[in-house]
Amino acid sequence: MSDLLQRARRVGAEVAARHAGAVDSQARFPRESFAALKAEKLLGVMVPTAFGGPGASISEILSLCHAMGQYCASTAMIYAMHQIQVACIVRHGQESAWHRTLLQRLAGEQLLLASATSEAGVGGDVRSSVCAVEVDGARLKLSKNATVISYGADADGILVTARRTPDSPASDQVIVAVLKGDYRLEQTSTWDTLGMRGTCSNGYWLHATGDVAQILPLPYADISAQTMLPTSHLTWSSLWLGIATDAVARARTFVRAEARKKAGSLPPGALRLAEAVNLLQLMKSNVVAAAKLYEQALGSAEQLTALSFAVAMNNLKTGTSQMAVQVVNHALLICGISGYRNDSDFSVGRHLRDAHSAALMVSNDRILANTANLLLVLKDDPGLFS
Amino acid sequence: MTTVTDKIREVIREGGALPVDIATLGDTDDLYAAGLTSHATVNLMLGLEEKFDIEFPDRLLRRRTFESVAAIQAAITELLDEKVAA
Repeated sequence: MSDLLQRARRVGAEVAARHAGAVDSQARFPRESFAALKAEKLLGVMVPTAFGGPGASISEILSLCHAMGQYCASTAMIYAMHQIQVACIVRHGQESAWHRTLLQRLAGEQLLLASATSEAGVGGDVRSSVCAVEVDGARLKLSKNATVISYGADADGILVTARRTPDSPASDQVIVAVLKGDYRLEQTSTWDTLGMRGTCSNGYWLHATGDVAQILPLPYADISAQTMLPTSHLTWSSLWLGIATDAVARARTFVRAEARKKAGSLPPGALRLAEAVNLLQLMKSNVVAAAKLYEQALGSAEQLTALSFAVAMNNLKTGTSQMAVQVVNHALLICGISGYRNDSDFSVGRHLRDAHSAALMVSNDRILANTANLLLVLKDDPGLFS
Repeated sequence: MTTVTDKIREVIREGGALPVDIATLGDTDDLYAAGLTSHATVNLMLGLEEKFDIEFPDRLLRRRTFESVAAIQAAITELLDEKVAA
């Protein structure tokens, strides 16, 4: 096991798991987990060695998200969302002096980054913006009615999407990185949800000022296709797999305890456990295959912006998000009333509630519609290993 | 004679792919900066396939192929040449 993974498991078992119940019931930011993740220097792990980080690979990041998902899904989701922002700076910020400094700070100070992509008035389409960057000399100004900025109040910086100029069409967007001190947040909505309650995905009016150097050089459309979209679907799928893995672990323990009580006969939940493990393997294969595909495409803008790649990542997301619920539901059936109770060691209620967010956060219907559109022009790929 | 470029411009105009008039843009101007969305790109591809009686192979189905009239023209000319050769 890698050193990073060992540290993540320690934070997960000793801190995140202990506070997961309180984070969930109080719908509060998992501050203990993030203090520990910062102390273990696990926030800036993707930063390349040239900027003072350990330069963790995408598969290492996915392992960390997967590990964290087994202890506290809200912690894992915030961790994943942060890594998606870091990935954008790592992949697309190295040519800009301002962002190189940010990379050093991400490693040195273990800053936590959030994102403001959703906006009121665009009908949920993050590839469209109403707000625009207003430039005056070397300074910029930006105000956004962001319907969601997850953990916005607890972040050290926010990556904001906006139209390039007030005259730009809605789809011509850029990303601006703003840091605490650059912006002011006015909360417009609260986050009292079925699951993923600790992500504190409140709405805010964000008012920011900054230097024009804080705009990432590449258009958001490219950053989205090459990095944000694939890393989102990969990190999310990994943590959903983590949720499902822990639910199955509880079901396994339950079945094993039953088997010990009546050695020689197969416990009633044993067959269903076999099914759950089968589903979990399918889910894992899906994540691992997509991670390999991304690793192969890394560094090639051509491959990363190919429609076939977008379809593969879309399928990863819609597939694993549905399977997460299915697997946890199996675990619930196996554990029965013990799984349904909130006060038992076999409780999977929180898992089920957290897993249900998967199909909704970026709605599967929206993603399927996007895939359906791409399939109008995409040809068949008949190869097995190609 | 209608050139490939004229026909491309016709497809862009007829399909309503852009929020602005294509006549106001040069052949090398960035269509995405002019408001071409990824959804509209797919419709543009379909329109071009119909107009030129071609099929874009998967290797050409990427964002940069459709970033300007000139880029589209390069891709289509390549496909038309292949058709003649075949």
